[in-house]
Amino acid sequence: MEIFIPNKEQAGCGLSGVINRKGELIKGEVIIESICCQMERGNGLGAGYAAYGIYPEFAEYYCLHVMADHKQALKDVEEILAHKCYLVHQERIPTRPTPGIVSPPRFRRYFVKPRYEGELREICEGTLDEDDYMVELVMHINKNVSGAYVISSGRNMGAFKGVGFPDQIANFFRLEEYSAYIWTAHNRFPTNTPGWWGGAHPFTILDWSIVHNGEISSYGTNRRYLEMFGYHCTLLTDTEVVAYLLDLLIRRHRLPIELACMALAPPFWQEIDRMEEPDKSVCTAIRTVYGAAMLNGPFAILFAYNGGLVGLNDRVKLRPLVAAKKGDYYYMASEEAAIRAICPDPEEVWCPKAGEPVIVELEPDTIPNQRSYLRGEALSISAPVCRFPLAAEEEEEEE
Amino acid sequence: MAFEIDAKELHYRELNKLIRKAIAQGEKHLVLKNVNGQRYIAAGVSAEVDIDIYGVPGLDLGAFMRGPRIRVHGNTQDGAGNTMDDGKIIVEGMAGDVVGYAMRGGKIFVASDVGYRVGIHMKAYMDKIPVIVIGGKAGDFLGEYMAGGIIILLGMYSRYPERPIAGIFLGTGMHGGVIYVRGGVPETQLGGALQIEEVNEEDQKIIEQHLSEYSKDLNYKLEEILAEKFVKIRPKTHRPYGKLYAY
Repeated sequence: MEIFIPNKEQAGCGLSGVINRKGELIKGEVIIESICCQMERGNGLGAGYAAYGIYPEFAEYYCLHVMADHKQALKDVEEILAHKCYLVHQERIPTRPTPGIVSPPRFRRYFVKPRYEGELREICEGTLDEDDYMVELVMHINKNVSGAYVISSGRNMGAFKGVGFPDQIANFFRLEEYSAYIWTAHNRFPTNTPGWWGGAHPFTILDWSIVHNGEISSYGTNRRYLEMFGYHCTLLTDTEVVAYLLDLLIRRHRLPIELACMALAPPFWQEIDRMEEPDKSVCTAIRTVYGAAMLNGPFAILFAYNGGLVGLNDRVKLRPLVAAKKGDYYYMASEEAAIRAICPDPEEVWCPKAGEPVIVELEPDTIPNQRSYLRGEALSISAPVCRFPLAAEEEEEEE
Repeated sequence: MAFEIDAKELHYRELNKLIRKAIAQGEKHLVLKNVNGQRYIAAGVSAEVDIDIYGVPGLDLGAFMRGPRIRVHGNTQDGAGNTMDDGKIIVEGMAGDVVGYAMRGGKIFVASDVGYRVGIHMKAYMDKIPVIVIGGKAGDFLGEYMAGGIIILLGMYSRYPERPIAGIFLGTGMHGGVIYVRGGVPETQLGGALQIEEVNEEDQKIIEQHLSEYSKDLNYKLEEILAEKFVKIRPKTHRPYGKLYAY
């Protein structure tokens, strides 16, 4: 895959995301229109999409989207999968020739389940351990197979990304043929890291996907921290660490999502000094334990999982983020215009504060294998949070 | 008669060409319909002209402009009035981050809330004194590196009841100009080397003069706005950072 080294001019990636809380499917055209409204925010060196709910017929299987330079790389991946997985289905990811998309890599998807050996089968099959198994497998492929990368690995979701403008990448992957209950999209303007197919956003692991505008200057620290837990960064772009941090903090360490966001974008010590207990102790503990997970530098991110969409800014808001709502639809984007392009009359539009996550989860029991990371009632931490569903009593008041 | 331009599906380059052409033809009042995210509207325009915008204008609305009076019938995005020299921008809704960045003249009136770093590096010279009036609340770093000009923060017409009137780091690096805040602001929100003081008669006159224009433009009740006292925030000394780089 060709790697373009960016010339440093101006920066400003574009983000857009949409979720329907009742799990109703949203057509691909919708997110394409929204991200293309922010065309000026990219420079043609990367675009991508994540879609949730697109493989209902294989909802129980992990879907691996594999990007490969050549046939041999795919063969190598398939050999690993043959040993490590049950494979229920595999196919080429449909693409079409698109003007401006030059020498794309090959794309294939595999629907798999972990294949445990011997006694482990009885102990681990069908348990939460399967997620860890898949993380290890993805790391193994990305690290060891030359010319092949797993670009998404969750159930009933997938990532589509490459070098091009967002309309080109959407056309290339025929995204108008998909419908999803969560979409995120990215328009890239690489500044510090190369523009190449693997470096386009979203970055993913399991069903986590993340799109990012900004730069993570703590990349080195975060990367070394993640290596201690078996995560290997192979995609040459700072944003990759965020995907793995989310998996580590929220899925493996079981932090409520609000605290995980606080670890990524914590309050300043001077703010913590002014807090009351128990908030003060909670924030101090998070900053102390997860110092190496803190993201330094400017960022606005959108991340999604099987069950929710979250937007988050760095703690001094050096990148833009706007949120809006209409009925069961929630929107987040770099610019309000990107939301108005697909929802001209939102009920509410607001700009989240620095470090204030906007967390929107599906209603309970909406989709198979749904995940919820709110983990109970809203915490009384001082960092403000926009949370949907609201805490139980607030929701009653609304009605 | 107003000259109407339908901005639907227009790229910002085409839209700005149409605006400049209309002005060159002597039009005095432009109405832009279906604007959505087009950047740099009226940027660098040097003319006496009224521009009404329906929809959400994109980044850097009115950047570098000298003279136009722009009224946005809704919200506007980041960077409105970037380095503007003269004229006026009235926003009937919210405005984004870095409004009035390095502004050197003219006025920006926002009906509701503004984002982060509003009025960053405003400056004034002789009789060129830029003014920003904010009806709602402001994010962090209001008036950061401010060197001159006037910011008036009301905190009255906000969609964020839970937020403080101004975010933290207010006036960080400020060494000129003045920020007036209606009803006061906790000292914890302020950057260093600033002082909060009561307004004197002269301040009150300046405040009333700008707010009377503001309330007329946005259809607010002046008495209601003036019912509360204002405080004044300014640098403690003429050169608060004079010793920072000296040893």
